[in-house]
Amino acid sequence: MTTDKKNILKSIDWILVAIYMILAITGILNIYSSVYTEEHISIFSPATRSGMQIIWFGISLAAAAAILFIINPNVYDVMSWMFYGLIMLLLIAVLFIGDESKGSVSWIRIGPIRFQPAEISKITTSLLLASIMSRYGFRLNSIKDLLKILAVILLPVLIIIMQKETGTTLVYAGFIFVLYREGMSGWFIAFGMLVVTLFVITMKFSPFFGILAALAIFSYMWQKANRYSLKKSCILWSIVILSAFIPMLAEIPVIERINPLAPEYWMLAISVACMTAYGINPLRKRFDRRQYALVSAAFAASVMMVFSVDIFFHKILQPHQRERIESLLGLKEDIYGVGYNVHQSKIAIGSGGFFGKGYLNGTQTKYNFVPEQSTDFIFCTIGEEWGFAGSVALVALYIALIIRIVQAAEKSREKFTRVYGYCVASALFMHFLINIGMTIGILPVIGIPLPFVSYGGTSILAFTVMLFIFIRLDAKERG
Amino acid sequence: MVRQSGADKTKRLIIGLCITGAIFVIQLFRLQIADDEYKISAANNALRYETRYPSRGLILDRNGKILVGNKVTYDIMATPADLQPFDTLEFCRIMEADPEEIKAKFADFRKRRRKIGYQTVPLIKQADSEKYNRFAEVSFKFPGITAVSRSTRDYPYNACGNLLGYVSEVDTSYIRKNPEYRSGDYAGKTGIEAICEKELRGVKGYSIFVRDVHNRIQSSFENGLHDSSAVPGNNVYTTIDAELQNYVEEIMANKVGSVVAIEPETGEILALVSSPGISVDKLANINRYYNEIASDPMKPMFNRAVMSPYPPGSVFKILNGLIALQEGVLTPSTTYRCSNGYHVGNFTLKCHSHKPSIDMTESIMMSCNAYYCYVLRDILDNPAYRNIEESMKEWQRMVMSFGFGKPLGCDLPSEQGGTIPGPETYNHTHGKGRWKSLSVISLSIGQGEIGATPLQLANYAAILANRGYYRIPHILKEHADTADAAKFSEKRYTAIDRKHFDEIIPGMYYAVNKTSADGATAWRAGVKGLEICGKTGTAQNPHGKDHATFIGFAPKDNPRIAICVYIENAGFGGTWAAPVASLAIEKYLTGSISRPEVEKQMKEAVLNPYFKPEEKNDNR
Repeated sequence: MTTDKKNILKSIDWILVAIYMILAITGILNIYSSVYTEEHISIFSPATRSGMQIIWFGISLAAAAAILFIINPNVYDVMSWMFYGLIMLLLIAVLFIGDESKGSVSWIRIGPIRFQPAEISKITTSLLLASIMSRYGFRLNSIKDLLKILAVILLPVLIIIMQKETGTTLVYAGFIFVLYREGMSGWFIAFGMLVVTLFVITMKFSPFFGILAALAIFSYMWQKANRYSLKKSCILWSIVILSAFIPMLAEIPVIERINPLAPEYWMLAISVACMTAYGINPLRKRFDRRQYALVSAAFAASVMMVFSVDIFFHKILQPHQRERIESLLGLKEDIYGVGYNVHQSKIAIGSGGFFGKGYLNGTQTKYNFVPEQSTDFIFCTIGEEWGFAGSVALVALYIALIIRIVQAAEKSREKFTRVYGYCVASALFMHFLINIGMTIGILPVIGIPLPFVSYGGTSILAFTVMLFIFIRLDAKERG
Repeated sequence: MVRQSGADKTKRLIIGLCITGAIFVIQLFRLQIADDEYKISAANNALRYETRYPSRGLILDRNGKILVGNKVTYDIMATPADLQPFDTLEFCRIMEADPEEIKAKFADFRKRRRKIGYQTVPLIKQADSEKYNRFAEVSFKFPGITAVSRSTRDYPYNACGNLLGYVSEVDTSYIRKNPEYRSGDYAGKTGIEAICEKELRGVKGYSIFVRDVHNRIQSSFENGLHDSSAVPGNNVYTTIDAELQNYVEEIMANKVGSVVAIEPETGEILALVSSPGISVDKLANINRYYNEIASDPMKPMFNRAVMSPYPPGSVFKILNGLIALQEGVLTPSTTYRCSNGYHVGNFTLKCHSHKPSIDMTESIMMSCNAYYCYVLRDILDNPAYRNIEESMKEWQRMVMSFGFGKPLGCDLPSEQGGTIPGPETYNHTHGKGRWKSLSVISLSIGQGEIGATPLQLANYAAILANRGYYRIPHILKEHADTADAAKFSEKRYTAIDRKHFDEIIPGMYYAVNKTSADGATAWRAGVKGLEICGKTGTAQNPHGKDHATFIGFAPKDNPRIAICVYIENAGFGGTWAAPVASLAIEKYLTGSISRPEVEKQMKEAVLNPYFKPEEKNDNR
């Protein structure tokens, strides 16, 4: 056992551990700063959030030690179904016996301790995904396997949506990167990004521009795929653009009369004409029927998506989500209502300047101008007190952490470790992206914590366990 | 599409990750370095500028005695968010407040609680230190209630209520006109407080505090490094003699009218009393008394001394005499006959009984009406002029050279100019060419279309004292504006030569210093050794009893005080105005009173139709 431990100690990726320690301690220091008052309560006082975070950090370290030195790493693969099932049961149980907090039912209380099973389900889902995908004979191309994977991901998502923690489910969208790495076509990610882009353009401008953008993107792809000459491309582009703006450019009564419909229908007509023209283009040299069908289908989907933005936005999204998106896109200026958090958050970060105001000297975060500052908006405190330098350093630290995990996962011989590593990296990335993105005002407000840094017992414990399982698996391969 | 290898995909994912990071860094750069807007917002967010109010400058009299000082009072403040139930009745007992009023206040706080938040709002304003001390002893019983000290105006002399004006919090219309003021500032609204606002107000300072989202002060910002201290306002010296002013106000109590005393050589106003005036107690607490003062039928805010033109009455005879002397239509030895009045055909202007044939000096001393009817007719029917319009024009010019008919331009607000009729006046009322000297005969005795303010009459007295010139009466010792300073120091000569003053003043001297048996009208103003010169007037008016008036100066040579007393509806000028003037002159020149019985009689006389006995307690 002792030699075993020595081996583990040698093979542990200490850089990962170091980054983890830095992030966690940064978190505690800044939580203290965000709740700091002139009364100078000690950072260790359990009456403050920093004191509580220290306690949870201690528990997390104990859990990490247990994972590294006590628990047999083989247990994760073997027992993944059991863990997953257990947590799913807990998630469902929360629906019935959970505490309600800020409109969502996601907390469970065991004695004095409250925790969120949704945070833990990330780990079990990752473990089960790794387990299934590392099984011999697993193929993403097979419909059966794909469905199995989707079911594993979507089950917790559904339950969490029922808990009204919609934001948290976005983290599960990160598993698309895992699937991509394991062989899924990149088109899905590209299409996902396209959908978001079109949504934003349609919302911010109009369906007309949404379709124009889709047309432009697909024309570009078509031109690339068919290796059109520059001259031909130019003609193609000018035809598309000119025809799109005909009703606006030439306010000819005749055209206005034959174009009585809304501009987006004019755009639709142009698009259909374009696609048909490509289809029956007599000048074509090679024609990939399958590719044409695929592009046409994707384009049709995009156009449908543009037309359904309105319905999606007004019928499916909750009012608060709608408002957050409108606020982000600048469609509604309301810095005392929905936009208050982000506005105050930007003020806090912006007031930091290059080197910040210094530790414990922030005025914005310390005096509660930013709500949720020790949890979801902890990055504000960092931005205000540590300035641009500190913020960039933190961003760099996260990127280093994720790259380090990805690289370690790539190196591993066991597929289980690799898939799990990617799951960990994806989850961290999604949290990093959404949390900081919202704090600095480039993504809508979605309340999820910044891993290791935000205040929250379950959060730090869950991320610690998640990370250290990977560190242990990684160590096993090295040892 | 080409199938990508795992390593290839990893590379793409990492590139995507790095792009995300880059976007974050760009946005952070924008927020933290490129854009200043957020830093400014942060300062507005978190810093609270608390004004340090400067103490207002003092207003002093000509001898450096304080007319208006400052004293500390306490505003009792409530922080509704921190309030806990307490014994309201005990609180009211300590503060001598009306429980209903306090209850209403708390109800109001409850109604506005969202707006108030964690702010502190006034509960009782301007409690004196006695109440404050009582409160401070037991303040622990009233959580959420605190006291804030505040500097308010204090008036050591019960004098000058009308002159000093009051100070009150600026309202929105005031701020709109004077954008340098902020809500919560105080400004002088009337009188000297308003005129000298710029000197008196001082410069506000600031304390900068860091506050939290609930507007609670957390600490001083950078240990007060950026705080600025308040600069107290400058003191303002007036020309008023506090003792004289106070004394005259006491005498004028229960009378309606004005007394203006001027130092003839300089034009400095020694006393300016408008009665009834505002008690300084009310001035200090103007908000509470404003309605009472505004609804008082005697209009105590109305400064009669500069705002109310009266018919001057017989005091005007001297001026007509001077004009006639100047025009050469009268010599000191000219005698006219008076048989109880001036009779032309059916027309009679009555006169009191005196010896029938008198010269100019006697005419002043006895105040003969008929004599001045002759004088005025000689002026207006002077063959040196082509017609009465021309001679009237000249008469008007000479009268106006004494500062009548238009505002003198003194440094008191709302000064009225009065009226001096000219040919146009009568062309308008009678028609061109349809009036003659007899039509305007009442001008001879200062009645008719003439209106002059007590200030103008006092200035007239000063001109007589100076024998021919005046400086514009003023109430401020120093004028910051150089143009103003030049204006007030300029010697202004009248259209009458000095020698004529020397000819007419003996009449004024005898009017005071001869006996009633001699026919002197102002004998009651005579004080041995003071050499007072004066002229009484009894002005008829449509509002009831005659107004009593007196103008004069003393001593006869090198006069130090010129005075006008004008008491509404009192009766004979010799009975009421002359003794008041002599008391004031004696008080100023000697500092004591040699005729206590006269003083007593004047003080106790009630000549105010609206007088109510209980008001007496109100006046200190």
